[in-house]
Formats: sequence, C-alpha cells, structure tokens
Amino acid sequence: MFKYILKRIGISLLILLGVSFILYVLLRCMPTDFVELKVLNLTQTSNTGVTDELIAKMYETYGLDGNIVEGYFNWLTNVAHFDFGTSFISQRPVLDEVFNADRLGTSFFVAAIATVFEFLIAIPLGITAATHQYSVRDYVVTVFVLIGISLPSFFFGQMLKDIFANKLGWFPVSGMKDAGITYANAGEALLDYLRHMFLPILTVVVLSIGGRMRMTRTNMLEVLNSDYIRTARAKGLKEGKVIYKHAFRNTMIPVVTGLAGLIPSLFSGAMITESVFDLTGIGSYALNAMQQGDIPVIMTYNMFLAFLSVTGVLLADLMYGIVDPRVKLA
Amino acid sequence: MEEKKELEIVSEELEEATSVVRAETVDVEDSESPLDKNVKLMSPTRMLLRRFFRSKLSITGIIMLVALFLFCWVGPVVYTQWGEIETDRTGAVDYAPFEVECESGDFIQVIVTNNGINALAKPSAEHILGTDEQGMDIFTRLMYGGRLSLTISFLAVFVTSALGIVLGGISGYYGGAVDNIIMRICDMLMCLPTLPLMLIIGTVLESNDVPSEYYIYLLMGLLSLFSWPGMARLVRGQILYLREQEYMVAAEAMGYSTVRRIFKHLIPNILPQILVSMTMSLGSMILYESTLSYLGLGVKIPYASWGTMIEVISKRSDILQNNFNVWGPPGVCIIIAVLAFNFIGDGLRDALDPKQRR
Repeated sequence: MFKYILKRIGISLLILLGVSFILYVLLRCMPTDFVELKVLNLTQTSNTGVTDELIAKMYETYGLDGNIVEGYFNWLTNVAHFDFGTSFISQRPVLDEVFNADRLGTSFFVAAIATVFEFLIAIPLGITAATHQYSVRDYVVTVFVLIGISLPSFFFGQMLKDIFANKLGWFPVSGMKDAGITYANAGEALLDYLRHMFLPILTVVVLSIGGRMRMTRTNMLEVLNSDYIRTARAKGLKEGKVIYKHAFRNTMIPVVTGLAGLIPSLFSGAMITESVFDLTGIGSYALNAMQQGDIPVIMTYNMFLAFLSVTGVLLADLMYGIVDPRVKLA
Repeated sequence: MEEKKELEIVSEELEEATSVVRAETVDVEDSESPLDKNVKLMSPTRMLLRRFFRSKLSITGIIMLVALFLFCWVGPVVYTQWGEIETDRTGAVDYAPFEVECESGDFIQVIVTNNGINALAKPSAEHILGTDEQGMDIFTRLMYGGRLSLTISFLAVFVTSALGIVLGGISGYYGGAVDNIIMRICDMLMCLPTLPLMLIIGTVLESNDVPSEYYIYLLMGLLSLFSWPGMARLVRGQILYLREQEYMVAAEAMGYSTVRRIFKHLIPNILPQILVSMTMSLGSMILYESTLSYLGLGVKIPYASWGTMIEVISKRSDILQNNFNVWGPPGVCIIIAVLAFNFIGDGLRDALDPKQRR
C-alpha cells in the first residue's frame, strides 16, 4: 500500500512536469513584444511607473529572451526554490497575489457552500427520479436539471443579475460588499457578505446540480436492478426500507469516492461566474491575467489547477480502496 | 429469460404468422421450439432505435435540433432583408437647409443626410428582434451566428473524436509501451483545465495576429489537439474489455484477418458509446465556444456567433438592463442547442445501457 502510494506520487510528479512544459511552451508562443506592450499599457494606466530595469528583470525571471528549453529550466529552478515570480501587472510576488484570503478564500467560500447545496438538492432528486423511472416525475426532474446543465454560465449569471439585482433590487449588483459602508457589528458584515454571495452561489448550484443528479440517478437505477434488491423485496421488506436502507447506501459508494474528485472544483474558482458578479476570487483574477498576458500568474494558476486535479485523482483512487473492500490497490 | 423481454411477440393468427417476415437470424430456422414461429427477432440496431424513440425527451431533442438547423441554414435564404454584417443606416435623418441664390430666383436647398445608425431599435416589422448597438439586425445575426456556432462545434467534435479514436484504438489494441506512452500523455493533457487552456490559446493566437476569419477555426482546431484524451480513454477501455470477450476469441480462432476483426467486430461494438460521447461533447463545445466569444476571444465582431452577440452586455450594463432583445435571443438559442444535444445524448445513453433492462 505504502509502496503503491509512493509510486503514484512519483508518476504524479512526472505528469506535473510534463504539464508545466506544455504550458510553458504554449505561453512562449506569445511574441515578447506583445507581452511587453500589454504590460506597458497596464502599468501606465495604473501609475506604477515601469522602467527598463523592470522589464529586463521581468524577462530575466521568465527567460523570455533565451530559447524555450533554457527558459523552461530557468523557471523550473526558480519553482524548486518556491519562487513563482512576480506578477507583470502588479509587480508583487505571485504566491502572495494568488494565495490570500481575498482570492482563494472567496473562491473556496463560494464553491464550498455551492457544493453543499448541490449535494443536498441533487441526491434526493436523483433518487426520486430513479425510483419513479419513466414517470412524470422523472421527466420533469430530468428536463429541469438538463436545462441547468445547458445554461451558459455567463448568460445565466447576467440574467439573474438583471432580474434580481437590477429590476427587483433584492440583491446587490456586484462586488464583495457595499461601497463605503461601515458595519455596526460582525453580524451585519456577515449578512452583507452573504447578500453579495447569494447570486453567484445560486448560479454555480444551478449549473452543477444536473451532473450530480444524473450520476445519482444512474447509480440508483443500477443498484435497483441488482439481485439483492430483488431479494430484499421478495423478503417482503417495505419499499421505503428497500430503497433507503439497502439501495441508498450502495448508491453512495461512487458519491463518497467522488468526494476527492471535488478538490479541484473547490479551489479553482468559477471563472466566468466570478467575473460576471465582480467577485475578487481566484477565478476572475486568473481570467484577467490570462486576457492580459501576465505570464507568471497564468503559469502559477494553471500549475495550481493541475496539481489539484492530480491530487484529486490520487485521493479518489485511494478512497476506492477504503470504501469498497473489493478494490485491491497494488 | 432476459432475452424474452426483447422479443416481440406477433399476435396475428397462425396462418398469418407464417407470412410474417421472420428475423434474419438463422437460429429461427433450426430452432425446435414452436413458439419461435410466432416470434420476430429484432436486430440490435432496431432494438436500440426502439428504446431511443420510446423516450419522449429524445424525440423532443431531435425536433429541437432539426428546427434549429432549418432556422440557421434555410432561414437566411428565405429572410434576405438584412445581411449578417449589414448595418441599418436608416436611423436618424439630418436635414440641412441652405439658401441658394441663382438667376432664376432664390430657393432653399435641403441636403438630406442619412448616416444615422438605427442602433438598439425595439422589435418591429422592419427588424423582427430589433437591432444591436451597431445597428445590425438581431434576427438575421441569430441565424448566421447559429451557422457558425454549430459548424464550429461539429468540426471540433469530429477532429477531437477522430484523434481520440485513433490514439485510443492504437493504445488499446497494441498495448505495451505504446499504450503506456499514449496514456501518460492523456494524463498530462487531462490535467490542463479546458477553459483556461482555451483562454491561453486564444491570447496566443491573438498576439500572433491571426486574421479574424480563420481565428475561431484555428482556435477550435488547436483545442482539439488538447481535448482528445477523454475519447481516447473511452475507446481504449472498450477495446480492452471487448478483446477479452468470447466472440472476439472466436473471431480470432476462425482465422479472420486483423482488419476484419477490427472493422467488423470491434468497431460496431464501440460505436454506440462513441456516439453518446460525441453527442454530449457537441453540447459542451457550443458552450465553450460561446463562453470564449463572450470573453472576446472567440468569433470576432463583426462576424456573428451566439456568444459574440451576448458579449456586449459585459461592457455595457445599460444594454443588460434595457435591451433584453439584444442578448436574450442568442442566449435562448444556445440553451436550445445544448439542451437538444443533451436530450439526444441522454436518450442514447439510456437506450444503450445494458444494465438498464426493460
């Protein structure tokens, strides 16, 4: 078991290396003068004042002048020393920029609450749809969740914003808190925060329910067709007991193992939703960086995502071994 | 016993039963059971279609898709009042009077300038859905935008699937070192999240000054190079599973050639799964394309795509608030298209799932 984990970690590291190389090569396909131009424009508008020295430093840290392979190893050495460079735009270390409460914290908050609601809504829906397969209920639930999957996040987000913030005025239009407000106490501050988070969370939940519900439905149908359910029914057990005691527990196996797979989505931030509602999360920050060619930020963000998904897969596989004793890890 | 459910019992009289076209399968001929004379065997394809069309959702999906295709391809041929990038310049009319003196007397000359753009018009007989902020007819752009969005998604899905099938097929069939290498590449590419990757490729293309007509095709083409692992894994898994099946062993024992084994016995059995996966990814491709266009990295203005038509509200909140006719219709179109593909894919998957016997 221990050996297996070590081997998997080794493979994961190799995969990350490969990913970083692909990313680096892709990013280097941008002509340097393009990057320089973008950065110049930006720094001029934000009045940080950019000097030739700064640009030279920028080039040096990213090896933008030398050839690609050289530059890549340069980057790799820096990363080995936990130096992910400084953002071209803000001129602050990328790690400080990305990993702080404002960015990662916001994204995590939205994703965590959205995930809880997603499970609370999708699993019961999936189970009723499966137990009433091909009934009106099944059709109605399926149609609604499929509409949810089919919604483009930007369209749905903007629509919610238009209806509930602009027209009805129930929720603030965008941002993290009301401008220029001073809170009397912590409770008020929390309430205001939640009011700002409501629409983004709603968007994420509606978009993600579908997938989870379909998965639950399929699993449930599979379980309901198995022999031990027939046996349970033949014994004369009540239908409720058959479903919630025998079937439900087995339906949960893939759900529990899938928990580890949630890791990337918890931390990666919902890019589009965050930018629609002007949240300061990691998603909208990365989106901005990507549109402006801020190479260090793009590199770090994507490597972070790759790291999360590698970890997610690894943990999911380990979870299988723990939850389902039939699976042997070797 | 399970087979019996799939058999269709013909309820005609015995005399008529003999005239019923019997199944192609030879088993019926030399079967001893008299029951079989009244029984019509269904081919797997027919069974599949039957199960597919039993679901009302699949039929709805197909109807939606056909309607959408007619709208996008036949629509512009019928409704030719406005072009895709034609600006309606009938908006404001300026009258500039001049007093002119000449031999025959004085008169007033009026110069009529017609250069106002009829922007953000409300729906009317002239413009069924009004005009956008550049005075272009939304209804017309909706049709052209649909052409582009649908074409691009189909192209991207076909290229991705072709790559995935070939590489997954090689990986699964040959195994060994080749398999190992291809699968590790898959692992790497799967770690790259799709949306950020598209944004990066978009920025790279933009920075290299790609002409805006080819831009989106190039973008989706490059994206295909990164998104085949899903399909490759599916195909590989299926091949590994099917290779061990008895009928494949039998085919080998009967001395069939490799080509025949692959094309006649292996591929028809993987095809359904591939089709489901392709249908599902068609929907998500449309979503990706529109998201990119919404971010300004997809189809470039003045060319229309559904995402590009919505893009404007990210910059102008007055349009978001006051002109639903500008951004509502393309959004609805995207939803209809993606929903249609999801309905069909869902129906296909349910029809194909061997675990769901009915």
